[in-house]
Amino acid sequence: MIEVERLTVRFGGVTPLDAVTLTFPEGTCGLIGPNGAGKTTFLNVLSGLVRPVAGSVRAFGEDLLRITDFRRARWGLRRTFQQEQAIQRLSIFDNVGLVQEHCGGSRGSRRRDVERALEFIGLEQLADERVGMLSARHRRLVEVARAVVGEPRVVLLDEPGAGLPDEETEHLGRVIRRIPEAFGALVVLVDHDMSLVSGCCGMTAVLDFGKVIASGPTNEVLRDEHVLRAYLGTEEQV
Amino acid sequence: MATGKALRIQPQTSARAVAISALLLFCLLALPALLSTYWVKVLTAVAIFAVVALGLNLLFGRVGLVSLGQIALLAVGSWIAARLFFLTNMPFPVVLLLTGVLTAAIGTLVGLPALRLSGLHLALITLMFAGVIAIVAPTTNFPNGGSGVLGHTESSSGGLVVRRPGIAESDAAYFRYTVIVAAIMFLLALAHVASKTGRAWAAIRQSEPAALAAGVNTTFYKLYAFTLASFMPGVAGGLYAGYVGRLYSYQFSGARTIDSVTLLATVLMGGIFSLWGAVVAALLQNWFAFFETNPDFLLVLFGVGVLQVLVTAPEGLVTQLPRDLRNLGRLLSRAVRRVGRSPGSAT
Repeated sequence: MIEVERLTVRFGGVTPLDAVTLTFPEGTCGLIGPNGAGKTTFLNVLSGLVRPVAGSVRAFGEDLLRITDFRRARWGLRRTFQQEQAIQRLSIFDNVGLVQEHCGGSRGSRRRDVERALEFIGLEQLADERVGMLSARHRRLVEVARAVVGEPRVVLLDEPGAGLPDEETEHLGRVIRRIPEAFGALVVLVDHDMSLVSGCCGMTAVLDFGKVIASGPTNEVLRDEHVLRAYLGTEEQV
Repeated sequence: MATGKALRIQPQTSARAVAISALLLFCLLALPALLSTYWVKVLTAVAIFAVVALGLNLLFGRVGLVSLGQIALLAVGSWIAARLFFLTNMPFPVVLLLTGVLTAAIGTLVGLPALRLSGLHLALITLMFAGVIAIVAPTTNFPNGGSGVLGHTESSSGGLVVRRPGIAESDAAYFRYTVIVAAIMFLLALAHVASKTGRAWAAIRQSEPAALAAGVNTTFYKLYAFTLASFMPGVAGGLYAGYVGRLYSYQFSGARTIDSVTLLATVLMGGIFSLWGAVVAALLQNWFAFFETNPDFLLVLFGVGVLQVLVTAPEGLVTQLPRDLRNLGRLLSRAVRRVGRSPGSAT
């Protein structure tokens, strides 16, 4: 479980996160909102790339903000980014292996851990291929493998299906849905694709202008009038 | 299973290892016998500069950090080695190792800003270091003997001679010695690139935030890259001291700031994504020895060369030349086949 209380981030005069309070209980949780709502900033705070001016984040009872940025991955916090970060010159095996070895995984279990992650995404037969030679779909799956290798406790996925056609996003959704059961990790999914979010996430929180405007079961949240207004805008009375 | 293949030695890798070993044996056994003393000396300089270029190749190509102080570190290495040779009777390899370690310590200090800076700002900091060395070397009258750390002798014989190892006193033997040390440095670099460290560097080069999110201690690995990239010119400096024998400030034209900049240009032209690029960079750095060219014109030539490489082949000459030669071969064979098939050829 992740409990966030009054989390505030300021960049000069801009407040991308304004006293955000929400809870991600278990399984796969969604975090949605229009562009500029503060979703990526939220993930950046969790991964230690941005320091908040106020608030707290507790994950499975631990104060996440007290853990040094790179040590959070060793604690079990993993993430993907909007832009692909798998290293094109390295093989799939090495791309996944580098996360395992730098997250405190032992040398003895390296091969087993990497193979498990690759089998999970279904690319074990391509382990020796360079990432630069892969299709966009496979590269996106490698990103997921990097996020689940070893013993993840929290997996943050930032628009994992960006740029993929619908049928490939569906396959990605099936992979994401299996993460909590296969690895016992809590997944936070940020995406603009509502079919992916509704297909994967039991609960969803919505950010708009740095504030939480809705939170709860995904189906209810997606029908919430505030959420619809945030996405579709309001008619201006003249 | 496919992943098992990752741990097996690929046939391509074995073939490459055999070719490299054969080339190394050719350099050690045949080259000194085939070439005149002049060319043996030139190739010794190439081997030394290949080690210096290797440091920058690692730093820039693998981690994405730019340093313009590599030639200055070569001067620092020569200085430290000379003093160790004059003050102690330590064996040559021990002096080389110690010189590398001490130079690495200095280089690491220079690299400290790398923890916060990158790109142009880091390049400027290291360029300033090169500038400082370029001033300190002549003002202290580069130490060539005498007592203490700054000892200098004005004797007519031109100061003390830096000794060479007992097994490599002749130019040919010293060339072999230098090639072996350079090969060890390349193996050291290769071992790093293929290890956990190399993968951490690759992650940092890709994106520092993503590397942090992957659990990479970026502070440690960036500083370690600077340490290794300084160790190499340090060792090269020790080799250089034994190569030239007597050390003067004017000999250290390499300590001039501009040489640090041209080294970056030659490393870029050679290719930063392959360790072999360092050898090409060293050949280019010693261009003057091969072709008598006006140094100013050489700067223009390197400028055009860098532009050509960046625009048409970012992986450098080490990749571009074989590819272009292959394409040329294909074109020629196609042309020959066409001529063979033309109606006129039947008569």
